[in-house]
Amino acid sequence: MSATEQRTAALKVEDLEVAYDVRGVLRPVLRGVSFEIQPGEAYGLVGESGCGKSTTAFAAVRYLPGNGHITGGRTLIGGDDVTAMGDEALRELRASRISMVYQDPGQSLNPTIKVGRQVAEAFAVLGASKDEARERAVEALRRVRIADAERVMERYPYQLSGGMQQRAVIAMALACDPQLLILDEPTTGLDATVEAEVLDLVATLRDETGAAILLIAHNLGVVRRTCDRVGVMYAGRIVEEGIAGEVFDDPQHPYTVGLLRCLPRRGAAKSERRLDTIPGSLPLIGTPLPACVFEDRCTLATAECRTVLPTAAHPRPDRTVFCHHLDRVGELVAAPVTAAVGEVAPGDVVLQLEDVSKTFRQGGHEVRALVGVDLELRAGETLGLVGESGSGKTTLAKAILGIHAADQGGVIRLDRETLAGLTTQRPADARRAIQIIFQNPDSALNRSKTVRSILSRALSKLAGLTGQAAEDRLEKIRDEVVLSPRHLDLKPRQLSGGLKQRVAIGNAFAGDPRIVVCDEPTSALDVSVQAAILNLLADLQRDEQASYIVISHDLGVVRYLSDRIAVLYLGRLMEVGDAATVFAGPHHPYTEALLSAVPSVDGDPPARIRLEGEVPSAIDVPSGCVFHTRCPRAIEGTCEASEPPLVEVETGHMMRCHIPIDELRRLQGSDAD
Amino acid sequence: MSAVDPTVLEPEPLKDAGAAADRRSARRERLRLLVRNPSAIIGGAILIFWIICAVFGDVIAPYSPFATDFDGHLPPGGTHILGTDQLGRDVLSRVIIGARDVLIAAPICATIGVGLGTLIGLLMGYYRGWLDDGLGRIIEAFLALPVPLVALLTLAALGSSTTTVVLTVGIFFTPIVARTVRAAVLAERENDYVQAAKLRGENGLYIMFREILPNITGPIVVEFTVRIGYAVFTIAFLSFLGVGIQPPTPDWGLMVSEEYALIIGGYWWVTVFPALAIASLVIAVNLVADALQEVNER
Repeated sequence: MSATEQRTAALKVEDLEVAYDVRGVLRPVLRGVSFEIQPGEAYGLVGESGCGKSTTAFAAVRYLPGNGHITGGRTLIGGDDVTAMGDEALRELRASRISMVYQDPGQSLNPTIKVGRQVAEAFAVLGASKDEARERAVEALRRVRIADAERVMERYPYQLSGGMQQRAVIAMALACDPQLLILDEPTTGLDATVEAEVLDLVATLRDETGAAILLIAHNLGVVRRTCDRVGVMYAGRIVEEGIAGEVFDDPQHPYTVGLLRCLPRRGAAKSERRLDTIPGSLPLIGTPLPACVFEDRCTLATAECRTVLPTAAHPRPDRTVFCHHLDRVGELVAAPVTAAVGEVAPGDVVLQLEDVSKTFRQGGHEVRALVGVDLELRAGETLGLVGESGSGKTTLAKAILGIHAADQGGVIRLDRETLAGLTTQRPADARRAIQIIFQNPDSALNRSKTVRSILSRALSKLAGLTGQAAEDRLEKIRDEVVLSPRHLDLKPRQLSGGLKQRVAIGNAFAGDPRIVVCDEPTSALDVSVQAAILNLLADLQRDEQASYIVISHDLGVVRYLSDRIAVLYLGRLMEVGDAATVFAGPHHPYTEALLSAVPSVDGDPPARIRLEGEVPSAIDVPSGCVFHTRCPRAIEGTCEASEPPLVEVETGHMMRCHIPIDELRRLQGSDAD
Repeated sequence: MSAVDPTVLEPEPLKDAGAAADRRSARRERLRLLVRNPSAIIGGAILIFWIICAVFGDVIAPYSPFATDFDGHLPPGGTHILGTDQLGRDVLSRVIIGARDVLIAAPICATIGVGLGTLIGLLMGYYRGWLDDGLGRIIEAFLALPVPLVALLTLAALGSSTTTVVLTVGIFFTPIVARTVRAAVLAERENDYVQAAKLRGENGLYIMFREILPNITGPIVVEFTVRIGYAVFTIAFLSFLGVGIQPPTPDWGLMVSEEYALIIGGYWWVTVFPALAIASLVIAVNLVADALQEVNER
């Protein structure tokens, strides 16, 4: 390391202060951010939304929106002061020495221009001739592991999958051989398996090019997998900085400790522990803050924190923490986990699915989105649905809800009564019994109505309550979802994301549902808010004896809430079993790959399974076992020939695989060594 | 005792600071934006001028609009600021009084058009399928017809009266409004709250009018203002063709049509002043519509 310290930092940010001009008033967003990235190093900035991660990245290359102003400090790229640069020098710098990759690759690419031309353009800007640019574009695409580069060149962005698009964007970003590559949430919105591929690519390219990387992510696991060092931001300051793995394993700032305790980690389940939450909420932009920005949410805070700016302390080697009470942080780390929700004994079977399929027609083709699904759900039980996008999770949930009717032949039974396909054909009782909590409360709540009118309407339609009875019940629900009376007369847009999701949950629970589908219930929320919502869902389930069907791409969330897990691939159940069993293994090879793909904040297992290629199209399904085209453990001659049945391999554990369970146990056990 | 008290940890992520006040201030903010908008100021001022003329016309107008006891074709200036027409009626008085009819008729046309159009647009956008296809074809056919000709024929067949003019113009606006509303509904129905309402067992009428409609008032209000402007124009146009409002009513379009042939003879004032009145009102209404749209889109 000493050699690198002699070199000029790839990016050096010194006391950077940025403010946004909101109607003539300067609202500070960054309050003195300092950090350094050495050449070839990967540095991660983490924190909840609004903490200033992206602003830091934009300010570092002076690419702020019109109303953003750098009000103090400076940034140096390769030793050159960006804040003092003239326009021409700045343009030159952006063209040749830095590159940025944004969250949504679909928006970074021009939909009307072929991918090849867009990538070639990146070289043409650097002065390459037309033919040369094209040649180098093909090379660049090969470099980002696009096998069929020549053909991909001729495609339009919409013809590529999200992962391929992001590769093309990265290829463009690497065109100038940048000293610094800024990645802003590069894998958010991608499937876990695709995310893993993109992160692997970033790691390989970093080794090849020696570029420094600034990675911005809210997902701590992504940062741990990719970065050497990490800075934890809160309200425009870096509160803790250090080596990524060490910070996450041994946090020293109260905010970092709190953030990590909010996460369902290390296979935590609701029956074992409650999730911690951070009291209070993120400060809004422009609110005046105390000297230590975290003071009003910190349980260790004293009068000193309000008035005296904490100075940098180094409680560990390679660690910088800004806190007055480092000596007491241990109390937070060692604090016992809060009482568990308790084991809920599952009751009778509430919902029964037999041979449920769903076929869509698309331009003359049959798309079999769901194929012969058999499932059971018991009272008070949570079933987690897991799989990549396109695996049929949402299709299954919609068929259960009656948003679309399943194919003829399949049966959905509620309390042994066969249900009609569409919700409109079902009796009111059945309709009330199955409700949903949507992913995005902004879309799920009618923005023209007050919270009170939303909940009242749900009560009158679902519970048949009006007048005083409805008001009493409204109070009860409000209390259950932890809203204050004041919130009832507000409209959704006046509430924070977490509060909105509470209203949506109250809405779903208005008619005492038997089954609640939770479709990515926390993916639109920040980590500290997510913990509170997950706790609320667990509490409500205990009190109301409701069954949940949880869909989430976040396996930590699924693991935390679920009693049983169903893994779907191309509309087929691949594995069903108790949550603990499915997560502990032996797993179906697909489940194994999924689990292995998800970057964990606790670090990755020594050997990772990498899935090749993309999910095949549901129009043209592979023969035999549908997973054989991507399965790392596929047996040649067997797997492509016949589809294995879904059989019980051990008590309460069903699997659809040709490989015997003992063999799987042996294979997976040996890999882990 | 650990420092972590479970009661402290219980979340209370309230977005405080008087949220009711937030709501009021959001409304005030929109109003403030509108008041600051130059189009809104100019358009509003002209509009208010004409509304005052319409309401207090009898008091403001120097003469009766029907009185003919002056010399015909007196040029502007003197006792008749804007001159007199062929029959010796005071042009200024007729323009002032003329504001009344147009300011009653135009909003009624717009109301009919927007009312029916919203209803049809909601039905098409919400139900889609064959209803949307069927009504869509009819609307397209309707829009393909040359409006002046068909309006002319309709009015010739039904007979001209203020009522028939207003109804005809209103109905001719319907398909245009329906298309706008349909587009807004199509975007809005993708929201999960529509799905949630269906799962709650709401019927189509409730979802259309109570769930979706309140969220698309923005484009509807804009459409309403735009239609008022067009209505002023269309009514004047029909009067000009002689199938609109009938003489001796002091209607602007009628005034233009009565003597436009005499401009060559040098009697320009009888035609130009009412024409300016029409133009200013149409422009004023459109300026206000633009401003509303701009504020809506923020």
